[in-house]
Amino acid sequence: MSVPLTLLGLLEREPSHGYDLKRDYDAYFGRGKPLRYSQVYATLGRLTRDGKATPGPVEQGAGPERRRYIITDAGVADVEEWLSEPVQPEPDLQSELFAKVVLALILDRPAGRYLDIQRAAHLQRMRELTELKSHGDPLDVLLADHALYRLEADLRWIDHTAARLEPLAKAVRR
Amino acid sequence: MTILQAKDVVKSFGQTPALRGASMTVRQGEILAVMGPSGSGKSTLLHCLAGILVPDEGEIWFDGQRLDTTTDEHRSELRRDRFGFVFQTGQLVPELTAEENAALPLLLGGARRAPAIAEARAWFGRLGLDGLEQRRSGELSGGQAQRLALARGLVTGPQVLFADEPTGSLDSVSGEIVMNLLTAAVREQGTTVVLVTHDARVAAYADREIIVRDGTVSTLTGVQP
Repeated sequence: MSVPLTLLGLLEREPSHGYDLKRDYDAYFGRGKPLRYSQVYATLGRLTRDGKATPGPVEQGAGPERRRYIITDAGVADVEEWLSEPVQPEPDLQSELFAKVVLALILDRPAGRYLDIQRAAHLQRMRELTELKSHGDPLDVLLADHALYRLEADLRWIDHTAARLEPLAKAVRR
Repeated sequence: MTILQAKDVVKSFGQTPALRGASMTVRQGEILAVMGPSGSGKSTLLHCLAGILVPDEGEIWFDGQRLDTTTDEHRSELRRDRFGFVFQTGQLVPELTAEENAALPLLLGGARRAPAIAEARAWFGRLGLDGLEQRRSGELSGGQAQRLALARGLVTGPQVLFADEPTGSLDSVSGEIVMNLLTAAVREQGTTVVLVTHDARVAAYADREIIVRDGTVSTLTGVQP
């Protein structure tokens, strides 16, 4: 999963201190693997260097956190592009899929459209694997079946999520 | 080349709308999966395309002919002579033998018995049903019954095979056998297939898919990661 793009997505919501970003990242996407502060600030440094975010003015008397980071137009474009691309449909890489859906909901972007794009990508991969099965050796077939069942599980999750976007959007925008 | 087309099709059952302006095309020789959640209207769309149901509004075109405005008699002829059908459960006639069941569309179309049975028997070997010709449907396993239903669906050499959840009542292995046989047979014959399924592993046998949602069609194919 792309930590920089996820943090950038959170910044699109509103200018934020590094502390806020870490707290929200851990709450939405951490799942027992919280970000280190050093990772947050190193990422913000790189995003600033690359012109995707910019530090705001130093704030007086606001504790140790002195500035908020603001997303740039280039950063918004990156988030937009990232959300509109399907994740490579391979088993075990799906946390990015989860992150994209949650971010799309938080940002009031078209999560349903994103899920449609991902569904099409998954089905295309399943077609390729099914084709491979028709002339593969038994071990290829076994492996393809494993991948097919994993992708099918994702697809069921995609369909289930697509059917519940409205209540989910309300829940994540609390 | 387009062989089947739905244009802005609306169909309601009483006060309940099933299709609310569904548009789609089926290309000659392709296997098209029609997917969507339960109650989305995908089976209604199949029934309209196959001339089983007549839309309230919109148009259905098959091979250059308007299907929704033609006579019931002509639609019946098309269904018998140019279309084949496979449903979730075989819908076999229990009193008939397996070969009589497979030959049924030919017999109903007025073919003489001997050539109709011979034509039906030719499908038994291709679909792994050798030796089962004299069995009654109650003496067949679920997978065998679906393969027999497939033989019945293909025996007339239809231009379009309509399959509505053809593996829906089967376990995964039997379902896979049916789908492998179905795709091999239709590819060989150049038959167009409209395949309604909610099962992504079944849809993966198709060339492309459309999604029916709330009575309309959304297409999103060819998007590559």
